[in-house]
Amino acid sequence: MARLVAMLTATRGKGRLHWTDWVSYGYLTLGIFLMFGPVVWLVLSSFKTPNELDRFPPRFLPYAQDTLVVEGFDSPLSLFKVVEGEMAGETVAQIRRAAGRSEVVRPDAPDERIRMPATQLAPIEGVAFATENYTNLFERFNFLQFFWNSTFITVMATLLMLLVNSMAAFALSKYEFRGRLSVLLIVVGTLMIPQTVVLVPLFLIVTELGMFNSLWGVIIPGAATPTGVFLLRQYMITIPDEILDAARMDKASEWKIFWRIIIPLSAPAIAVLAILAIMWRWNDFLWPLIVLTRTENFTLQLALNSFQGELQTDWPSLLAMTVLTLLPIATVFMFLQKYIATGIASTGGK
Amino acid sequence: MARIELRDVRKSYGTVEVIKGIDLDIAHGEFCVFVGPSGCGKSTLLRMISGLELISGGEVVIADKVVNSVPAADRGLAMVFQSYALYPHMSVRQNLSFGLENISTPRAKIAEKVDQVAKMLQIDMLLDRRPKDLSGGQRQRVAIGRAVVREPQVFLFDEPLSNLDAELRVDMRGEITALHRRLENTMIYVTHDQVEAMTMADKIAVLRLGELEQFGRPLDLYNRPRNLFVAGFIGSPKMNFMKGRVAENRSQMLLDTGEALALPETGFTQQPGQLVTLGIRPNHMRAIADGPLAMDVRSVEQLGGESYLYGALKDGTSLTLHLAGQTEMRLGQTIQIAADAAQFHLFDTVSGDSLRTEETQP
Repeated sequence: MARLVAMLTATRGKGRLHWTDWVSYGYLTLGIFLMFGPVVWLVLSSFKTPNELDRFPPRFLPYAQDTLVVEGFDSPLSLFKVVEGEMAGETVAQIRRAAGRSEVVRPDAPDERIRMPATQLAPIEGVAFATENYTNLFERFNFLQFFWNSTFITVMATLLMLLVNSMAAFALSKYEFRGRLSVLLIVVGTLMIPQTVVLVPLFLIVTELGMFNSLWGVIIPGAATPTGVFLLRQYMITIPDEILDAARMDKASEWKIFWRIIIPLSAPAIAVLAILAIMWRWNDFLWPLIVLTRTENFTLQLALNSFQGELQTDWPSLLAMTVLTLLPIATVFMFLQKYIATGIASTGGK
Repeated sequence: MARIELRDVRKSYGTVEVIKGIDLDIAHGEFCVFVGPSGCGKSTLLRMISGLELISGGEVVIADKVVNSVPAADRGLAMVFQSYALYPHMSVRQNLSFGLENISTPRAKIAEKVDQVAKMLQIDMLLDRRPKDLSGGQRQRVAIGRAVVREPQVFLFDEPLSNLDAELRVDMRGEITALHRRLENTMIYVTHDQVEAMTMADKIAVLRLGELEQFGRPLDLYNRPRNLFVAGFIGSPKMNFMKGRVAENRSQMLLDTGEALALPETGFTQQPGQLVTLGIRPNHMRAIADGPLAMDVRSVEQLGGESYLYGALKDGTSLTLHLAGQTEMRLGQTIQIAADAAQFHLFDTVSGDSLRTEETQP
């Protein structure tokens, strides 16, 4: 904690601020706003009621009008402060409002109904978090199903991709065989083909294999990625051949060498690829949109999309689900981010 | 019985032939050293025996079985690598037990063997450390331990001491020899250091450019080198060579400097007029007032107990002279030297082969 404070308050100038301090702190602060501003705005907005979301100009914190249960009325009444006229300063509860006029009562005298122009009333508001945005997701929509679909696809696809890519990378980096370079060039060459170009053929294959509208239809086509093969291969090249020879002398099978030697030694590169894969798969939208058409197969991204209709958008649900969608990926990133820097540094370096 | 036999073993990469047909027979329990300058193919030969390198021609026979197509793992060998090649992500204990796990040894047996080997190599207090936390000497011990623990018939060492400092190297040399005595199995040891070869080997194979120059016991190589290369390679400091021609009466050699040396009548097959090279080790020469050769002293090394004189003959041929004790000689002095004729080595200058007669060849 003390180190964190020291890090955050470090300056170049001693005693007074050097101009580079101003520049760097200004730059960093701007960065924080650019990075976290939208996220904070999203999180706060997800707690706003529909009325509050429609309000212009928007307010930073979620507000809701105070209400009061008044004797003789079934539902809670919203509270106003009278700003003009003879009752100025008093708090009233509104029964109904029509044609610019409100019908209100005093909370302590519910029998006497008073009519006054709506302009004389100002709503009494307080900060309130509309948690029903979140509970609705579970009650009205099958959020857990979407969440499970997304998780299943992400986990399975990542595992499968790591397995396939690391095996390919092992072969391409540690075995001498005819055509090794050509295979590598073909693999890397596919990096230059945009996904949209192969979308239709891919779709036809997936349909032919009967994987249309199945989660496997999303998982399998992305199991081998040229980026992953290349990244892992470059890392595995740096593992000394002598270690593999030593393992061979130790009577390890090639399969065992892969699992016990290559995989643990490529852990940093694999961690990088895992993070990238998890982010790709979790945020993937286009391909699931094509393959999955039934609601029960929807991933979170597709569910989010479905909140946005042509005529009407369910903003509270959309925002709440966006927040819930962000959480897992942010958590994963937080725990694994140190591997990105170290992993990428050591994949390119040696 | 782990006898190793190489029959006309060859290796080529594309059109480049790196091992040019080697025949070798290593008896069970022998400590055999492959020695030669870098690039002579000694490590390649070792890897061919181990099975890590494919053989282009010939046969490798281990324990009377041709193993050309047997994979490295199934040849019953263990190897210690130059870079140690320890598994960096495993503790010392795991490094030692990996090989045993692969041949599905029961867990209790593994623990017992690992402890036993660790104690023997004095690494038992390091068992839970990772290789990166060990010193060079400790890593070397672990690498040897990993080979020992599986109790193989044959040990292969690929320049195992070249990464250690001089003092440690001498210690480890002794330990490996002791290990060989204790285990009594066949060991093949590759080195470029002829001192290592001389001190450790039962048999030395001197290699040059993919060919076997001589194979035999260390002292045989030292005393009766078969050619100029072996003569120059074995022994430290190097043997002195003087070029010249055999005189008409066979009993004299006329050096290129114009001086003459008496040759022994027997023991060598020199022909009158033949171009020959005389080899004589530094410790078989003496500085003596009426010696037949004149040498300019160019450098003097005083080691206290012994001294070395470095100098040149009249035609610039450099010579090394070993003197017991300390010396008064100084730089720039010209001295007369004599050589012990009984210790002469005579080679044909053109072919480089020894002219020693067959009876005295080993």
